[in-house]
Amino acid sequence: MGNMKRKLILLLLTIVANFSAVSIVYAQDGQPGYPTDDDVNRVAKKLYCPVCPNTPLDVCETKACQDWRAQIRDQLSQGWTDQQIIDYFVTQYGERVLAEPQRKGFTSLVWFLPLTAVLIGTGVVYEILKSWRKQKTATTAVSSPPKIPKELLEKIEREIRELD
Amino acid sequence: MSQPTTHEQEEQSSPTGGRKNIGIIIAFAVILTLLGLLAWGLKKAQAGPLDKGMAPDFSITGFDGRTVTLSKLQGQVVIVNFWASWCPPCREEAAYLEETWRKYKDKGVVFIGVDWVDTEKEALAYIDEFDITYLNGPDIGTRAAQAYNIQGVPETFFVAKNGELRGVHIGPLKSPQLDEKIEELLAEQYP
Amino acid sequence: MIADIGLITLTIAFIFTVYATFASAYGGWRGQAAWVESARNASLLAFPFLTVSVIVIVYSLYVLDFSLAYVYDVSSQAMSPFLRVAALWGGQQGSVLFWAWLMAGFVAVVLLRKWERDREMMPYFIATAMLTTAFFVGVVLFITNPFMRLWHIEGVTEITQALFQPANSMPYFPEDGGGLNPLLRHFGMIGHPPTTYLGFTGFVIPFSFAIAALITGQSRGDEWIRTTRRWTLVAWIFLSIGLILGGRWAYDVLGWGGFWGWDPVENAMLMPWLTGTAFLHSVMMTEKRGMMKKWNMVLIILTYSLSLFGTFITRTGVISSVHAFAKSALGPAFFAFIGLTFIGSVTILYLRWDTLKSEHSLESFISRESAFVLQNMLFLAITFAVFWGTIFPLISELVTGAKITVGPPYFQRVTGPLFFVLVILMGIAPLFAWRKQAVRALGKAIWIPFLASLGIAGIWGYAHRMHPASILGLWMAGFVLSGILAEFWKGVQARRTTRNENPFTALFNLIGRNHRRYGGYIIHLSVVLIALGFIGDANFKLETQGTVSSGEFLTIGDYQLRFEQLRAYPGSDGREIIEAVTTLSQDGEAIRALNPRRDYFTVQEQPVTVPGVYSTPGKDVYVLLVGWEDSGQSATFKIYVNSLINWVWIGGLMMIVGTIIAAWCNPGQREATYVLKPGALTSHSLLQEG
Repeated sequence: MGNMKRKLILLLLTIVANFSAVSIVYAQDGQPGYPTDDDVNRVAKKLYCPVCPNTPLDVCETKACQDWRAQIRDQLSQGWTDQQIIDYFVTQYGERVLAEPQRKGFTSLVWFLPLTAVLIGTGVVYEILKSWRKQKTATTAVSSPPKIPKELLEKIEREIRELD
Repeated sequence: MSQPTTHEQEEQSSPTGGRKNIGIIIAFAVILTLLGLLAWGLKKAQAGPLDKGMAPDFSITGFDGRTVTLSKLQGQVVIVNFWASWCPPCREEAAYLEETWRKYKDKGVVFIGVDWVDTEKEALAYIDEFDITYLNGPDIGTRAAQAYNIQGVPETFFVAKNGELRGVHIGPLKSPQLDEKIEELLAEQYP
Repeated sequence: MIADIGLITLTIAFIFTVYATFASAYGGWRGQAAWVESARNASLLAFPFLTVSVIVIVYSLYVLDFSLAYVYDVSSQAMSPFLRVAALWGGQQGSVLFWAWLMAGFVAVVLLRKWERDREMMPYFIATAMLTTAFFVGVVLFITNPFMRLWHIEGVTEITQALFQPANSMPYFPEDGGGLNPLLRHFGMIGHPPTTYLGFTGFVIPFSFAIAALITGQSRGDEWIRTTRRWTLVAWIFLSIGLILGGRWAYDVLGWGGFWGWDPVENAMLMPWLTGTAFLHSVMMTEKRGMMKKWNMVLIILTYSLSLFGTFITRTGVISSVHAFAKSALGPAFFAFIGLTFIGSVTILYLRWDTLKSEHSLESFISRESAFVLQNMLFLAITFAVFWGTIFPLISELVTGAKITVGPPYFQRVTGPLFFVLVILMGIAPLFAWRKQAVRALGKAIWIPFLASLGIAGIWGYAHRMHPASILGLWMAGFVLSGILAEFWKGVQARRTTRNENPFTALFNLIGRNHRRYGGYIIHLSVVLIALGFIGDANFKLETQGTVSSGEFLTIGDYQLRFEQLRAYPGSDGREIIEAVTTLSQDGEAIRALNPRRDYFTVQEQPVTVPGVYSTPGKDVYVLLVGWEDSGQSATFKIYVNSLINWVWIGGLMMIVGTIIAAWCNPGQREATYVLKPGALTSHSLLQEG
């Protein structure tokens, strides 16, 4: 008999504890209906479907993607942060699931190289322009603009007026 | 495709065209590297799943907590099946796989189910639905799938007792394909 | 059988193109005009023969001759006649045939024009262009042949595909075909592939001219550029239209509320467009000042190589993409041809480098020349950034074994600032004078647009403080827009004061007098409008998703969407339609009924989402039906508010108008009786000309 009673108390305590846990979760976000579709999409937007090529997770329509969005919804309702969910996806499915490449490791090269290229490019533009100018100073010493005879000048001006 | 090597632009008056030569060498280096990359990519795109050589080693931790490592299973025939809960053809073979497992599990055959890019909830529901008793676990980071170069699911790989890969079956298995393959692998003798 | 005719003409066309390649090269090398003439004839003939092959396929698609494997793949009873014809480019085999046909057509038209001034280049032009055409025709003939038929061999259950009847077999006539992928059944399918292919194949013309110019040494002058300018513009405008149509199509059927996803295949189209645009501009430098010749060559070779590269990654799946065709045997052949083209053109460029000396030099750091150099650098930087982001997943997999995705965040962040500078440059560079621009004169020209745009941006910024990036973007758009409009204004005013014309006549005549310049301004205007669309998409997009029961509202911004009910009915092309009847209201007032729906194609077992859209110049309210429950009692909707998106399409149309104007011959244009070139003048020669 005592055993039964103890079990009953234990059961009641568990139920009460669960309720409190639930209310703690609600206290965290305070909104009824959390997580909404928009919350799920906010996280899904940062991820790509692990199966379909190059398809963001919030628009992919396959059953697998629906399952993943349902999983995100569950994780959000359990109190996971966006970053935790994203990290989970990366661990489970690999780096390809990230829409934005990471800034560490080998992948950082994807950011690094264009930046370097732009800097080099600016330097190159400057060098080109400089070398063109140098060429100019070399050649102007040689030739001087020829004189155009007056009759030809007048003929040209006449013809330009006629063109109108 | 040549990246514009603007070193060539600067070369205006050098009689030997030295800078021009540096330019062409750089251009060729870039082109050849790019072609090499594309060739590798092409080969990879055209390759199907692995079907010979030593079976790549991997470890799977099942949903039930058990862990299995392929290399530790030498001496037994191993059937590695890649599946996913959202894959309709996988369902077609699920019952047949479980049935075959029960038939051969005490005869030196091990079945490993690798759950490819799936959600735990749906995977467990799938396992429950087909009452699957052999070890099934998620392929963390899709490492096993990449090692075996699978093109989709379901794909089943046959590993002989000495650890060599003896082929792959793409698509759902139908009776008696799996039985026949297992008998074949069990019959193998090594001197 | 009709299909046999198509195969025969295809083979003959292939023989002609191969012959033309070798004959013209030989004729050019030996200086024997007869061989070149013969090659020209062969090239001209290749086109009609290919046309017959194309007609045969189109006819078979139209009458639904399912014994042809290709027809079986892409056509079906349920498809409308219109769509059946478009299915010519619906699958790999047909689209490569279509590509080869377009290319042969371009070459034929070019060969039919007068060639007096450029006779020297003809052999090498034909050789280069025909080599490329022969390659594509060869691929169609030997690798992805649309004339494969279906045969039933005795004793074999599966149906075999073969060109010629195997032993012990009979032709197989399926009841119905697979039909075009449902996503392709849209007007975008009619417009996007043809214009894209016309753009890609069109660039073979300036490329062939460039190679011919290098080989013959004509690259010393700029004659070859004048010859090709119009063809480059044609290829460019088709590529531009292809890009915009592709975006529109994606917007209409893919259901993600956007029009540009930075997918590898999209980038593959963008890159040759970028370098092609740079090329269009830098040839102006060569024409006016004899400068940037080396640069031009590099750019046209780059543009053409990028088009080949683009079609390579699209058709072989080397880089994973949503758009990729199914895997095929094209890969190795394409790879070999790309390698040949890259290495060959760079080698020729290297050997003839010395023919490309500049005639003039830079006089001032602030001049139109320097603006052109900066512009080219920017275009190239953007192209490099896009290229790098597109192939990086491949590199990463090779080096580390890990697959990664390079998505929109990378492309937006890296190319955004570069585009920003480029658009501003586009606005002020036309104000720069050649040779030297006095800074004070520049200041005088731009102070009004500059202040006006600051004012507009300031007011806007105050109202929309939450989006700082948008303020910058809108200032840029305002500045460039007012700068270009100021140019028109000044021109119109000048005509009014000197000629007393009314504003409209003045504007008309202004544009009519100088097509190139004002057509160019119109194109620049359209670029700003398109940029506005991108700015709106990046900064002001709203989205929401929710499930509502009948009679309930979903709110987004100022809008409310009320769900009334769901309807189900069969549609055309063998689809089952589930349609949601909804009412869109703004601030409580009902403005429109919208009917987003999901079409389910029973044969392909594939759904297509069709959005309900309310369009205004300022924005689109874009509603998708995502799902439903309780047998239609409640439904899930996704709503996007896409601000400024319609300016992309408006800008696209304006771009076409601008290009047509720019390409049109100026009236009264005739061959100059003499050409005045500073530096070439001596008193002696002048008196002779007079």
